[in-house]
Amino acid sequence: MTDEPLLRVSALSKFYGSRVGCENVTFDLWPGEVLAVVGESGSGKTTLLNCLSTRLLPSSGTASYRMRDGQFRELYRMSEAERRFLMRTDWGFVHQNPADGLRMTVSAGANVGERLMAVGDRHYGKIRATAVDWLSRVEIDEDRIDDEPRAFSGGMRQRLQIARNLVTGPRLVFMDEPTGGLDVSVQARLLDLLRGLVTDLCLAAIVVTHDLAVARLLSQRMMVMKDGRVVESGLTDRVLDDPRAPYTQLLVSSILQV
Amino acid sequence: MATPLVVSDVAKSFTMHLRDGIKLPVVAGVSFSLRAGECTVLGGPSGAGKSSILKMLYGNYAVDEGQIIVQHEDGLIDLATASPRKVLAVRRLTIGYVSQFLRTVPRVTALDVVAEPLVERGEDRAVARGKARGLLAQLNLPEKLWALPPATFSGGEQQRVNIARGFITEHPILLLDEPTASLDARNRDVVIALIAAKKAAGVALLGIFHDHDVREAVADRVIDVTAFAAGKIAA
Repeated sequence: MTDEPLLRVSALSKFYGSRVGCENVTFDLWPGEVLAVVGESGSGKTTLLNCLSTRLLPSSGTASYRMRDGQFRELYRMSEAERRFLMRTDWGFVHQNPADGLRMTVSAGANVGERLMAVGDRHYGKIRATAVDWLSRVEIDEDRIDDEPRAFSGGMRQRLQIARNLVTGPRLVFMDEPTGGLDVSVQARLLDLLRGLVTDLCLAAIVVTHDLAVARLLSQRMMVMKDGRVVESGLTDRVLDDPRAPYTQLLVSSILQV
Repeated sequence: MATPLVVSDVAKSFTMHLRDGIKLPVVAGVSFSLRAGECTVLGGPSGAGKSSILKMLYGNYAVDEGQIIVQHEDGLIDLATASPRKVLAVRRLTIGYVSQFLRTVPRVTALDVVAEPLVERGEDRAVARGKARGLLAQLNLPEKLWALPPATFSGGEQQRVNIARGFITEHPILLLDEPTASLDARNRDVVIALIAAKKAAGVALLGIFHDHDVREAVADRVIDVTAFAAGKIAA
């Protein structure tokens, strides 16, 4: 394990006119670490995720990322082309709605293979073999490789989206409510799969979720957001078992027991 | 004798913001140390703060005041102020914990639940599973359960999975929160033997045992937690 973080975020803010998206967010993320960002709708967690993944530009603050050569680069000073390259190779982005992250009218195999071609792979046989391997890792049968994701269930689509994101061996994955909108049994399967992949590949991930149980299962660290600000952060089990901020106490006490 | 963990003047209270910010003091002035090769027992009635002390030592509860100095790798760390990343490293290498209840994860088998802490320390998965089998057999968990996720197990079966998970590693410090609460006599004796083996290996143990016989069998020292009652000092 290295002693340097993968991502350093300092005083990041995003304003929409006079309205606060997120304000003054500071944290470091290390390789292999999963950070959960929790809060209710409108708390600014998705704004933060979009700023970090450079899909949105912040109003102020900095974020620097340690490239594969070990050098830190300031994300918001990169050219558009450099950022897009990073997004295609070293990063992944798992959307809540798989249709936003997949191409629905090309085959499952092509969805996975396309990311490989984007990083320069040209050998058809090799691309197909890697696609088959990744489909099996996300528990999709090989005989579905030529089907379009339109013909897949919601859970399968989400697993395909994960395969598409992980096939290039990224070091950092952003996830926006990865289990939102799925049945609980499908959620459990997906969470188990994600947990295994994150550990095996030593992935760093930032997971936005409003589901505290998902945060507990996937993350080691947690940030709680309200009205665009981080109201509490720390070890996930510490925040959930001994919440200190009034808002975190309200969130934790609102969980329904089964 | 080596003292791998020293607690000094630790205080803990809960502030209930949803109840007009009332403050519930739990413990104050907690000071003791653990010695390698000994089992120290926290004594006192329910509600005295025994579990809270264990949870602070594991970084699961925040510490209001005081220090928890632990020997980690080649240095000393204050757990009361350590960063989350440091606390995780301490949990991986230095302090193990057997909680009262098993937190199950869907679809993960009992065998892998037990093997996981070893895998996290970099052990080969096959070796870790082999060791997990040995412990589950020693704790008399029927072999047909090993490949099942423990969510549907009985309380005693889950607790044995939890104990195996806690005892599988070679952490120099081990915290035990009522590990024998729902076990029958035969399995209680197995846990007593496991604790004796840890002591012989030089592990410093700190436990809560409501079961009188178990406590008699394992305790080298008993710390009366009522001496740390927070109300006493405040009053």
